[in-house]
Amino acid sequence: MLLHDTALIYGRYMRQSLRSRFALLFGVLTPLLYLLFFGPLLTGLPLGGRGDSWQVLVPGLLLQLALFGASFAGFMIILEKDQGIVERMRVTPVSRLALLLGRVLREATVFVLQAVLLVLAAVAMGLRAPLPGVLIGFGFVALLTVALASLSYALAMRVRTPQEFGPTVNALTVPSMLLSGLMLPMTLGPAWLDVLSHLMPFRHLVDAVRDAYVGSYATAHVLYGALVAVGLAVLAVTVGTRVFRTAGA
Amino acid sequence: MTIISTAGLARTFRSRRGPVEAVRGIDLAVREGEILGFLGPNGAGKTTTLRMLTTLLAPTGGTATVAGHDLAADPAGVRRACGYVAQSGGVDPQITVREELVTQGRLYRLTRARAAERAEELARELDLTGLLDRRCAALSGGQRRRLDIAMALTHRPGVLFLDEPTTGLDPGSRADLWDLVRRLRDEHGTTVFLTTHYLDEADALADRLVVVDRGVVAAEGTPGALKLAYGGSLDASLQDTFLAITGRGPAPADAAPVAV
Ligand SMILES: Nc1ncnc2c1ncn2[C@@H]1O[C@H](COP(=O)(O)OP(=O)(O)OP(=O)(O)O)[C@@H](O)[C@H]1O
Ligand SMILES: [Mg+2]
Repeated sequence: MLLHDTALIYGRYMRQSLRSRFALLFGVLTPLLYLLFFGPLLTGLPLGGRGDSWQVLVPGLLLQLALFGASFAGFMIILEKDQGIVERMRVTPVSRLALLLGRVLREATVFVLQAVLLVLAAVAMGLRAPLPGVLIGFGFVALLTVALASLSYALAMRVRTPQEFGPTVNALTVPSMLLSGLMLPMTLGPAWLDVLSHLMPFRHLVDAVRDAYVGSYATAHVLYGALVAVGLAVLAVTVGTRVFRTAGA
Repeated sequence: MTIISTAGLARTFRSRRGPVEAVRGIDLAVREGEILGFLGPNGAGKTTTLRMLTTLLAPTGGTATVAGHDLAADPAGVRRACGYVAQSGGVDPQITVREELVTQGRLYRLTRARAAERAEELARELDLTGLLDRRCAALSGGQRRRLDIAMALTHRPGVLFLDEPTTGLDPGSRADLWDLVRRLRDEHGTTVFLTTHYLDEADALADRLVVVDRGVVAAEGTPGALKLAYGGSLDASLQDTFLAITGRGPAPADAAPVAV
């Protein structure tokens, strides 16, 4: 039943995404701009990590893509709430977990697709990374998307207007991005900033993907990254499902 | 036989300006196969009651059973037994009528083939046949309403909740909808629980009326009995009867506010 319901919801929203292929491409535009106009500045700079500047930058851009994209996933459901679509589905016997999971798996598919486009563009610009590492990177993008999209849906189900939703999400994502060293390794900064950034869950994900991109898979970074990503996803899906079960507003 | 019964059903919302007691203890007994008109001024608690009875909103007090299923203990049973059409409907304007009907069938766990058949059946019953491949955005108000109801009838529920089903419809479409509701009762024995602000509609369509005001039941009975008791005679208008019960106008969307 859960599988049936999840596949059904996933199919409905995947078809919706495919109808708007333009938006699908548009999503990669921002990271592509970073790649084009920011990437070349880094070549040759001593970034402190192993590997070249592309192996440092691309993992950051991938997670940035997921961070900003997935955090705003809830926007759609505010509209659907107003149209009565959410309640119409909630009065059917469909599994509450499937209502969330079908949606966030669509999100994960979309962002992994965008991540593939981004990596292809990066390869054209000079990125060289081992295939298993690149695949691990996509896995992290998928997990992070599931986690953030679930939280985003949970928040969106609680707020009344998009005007309330947008600023709240912005207030959470921008510091997360800055503190997680998505653009430049945090080790470049003063110690206090480095310590602060370790408190950010995303920091561990970036470190893990950067390791994977230079071909080291059995490292503490990868382990912590995986634990944080899985833990975050489980927690977020639990919270999100609760909201679909009890949604009062 | 009683198909919906509630005892002290209540819901308090928490809001920034303190608690809002939307429904303050409603006792109801709805008979199987009747059309119940649920009336009350704006904000009386009608939609909130419907949302509780359809499992969308957890009550903060009281109990209820719908078609033999306890609301708290067996919400899944309630969901299988009832259909609900919200005040705002619930279809995606970008999707075709057929796709929405098929998805709805699949949400009620029909197989793909059965859901496709059911969509055709519903389209025939609700006069939507020529419209199956149109996007929902391209439907008129009346067609849209029929689609909303078709969606709610997908699993042939014994109880149908309709929240202001005729608001915004022209007189012809309203009459069609009344026919449809009567047909559901007469041919399928469906219990219909509907809210409306149109008192002529309540008078013509409902077997029994329940008037709620400020979250409690203010009066109930057949339209005739209410007119006799509150309007003074069987010839009293339901409008005057309603005013006598609630002390204010029903504030229909298309009428000027009534001075008390
Ligand atoms: N989610 C909510 N949070 C806070 N208050 C709410 C919420 N939903 C409804 N209310 C309040 O509860 C009261 C009853 O609302 P409800 O929608 O049930 O009224 P109604 O009888 O359906 O009115 P109408 O005829 O206008 O549709 C109103 O005062 C409303 O503002
Ligand atoms: Mg209402």
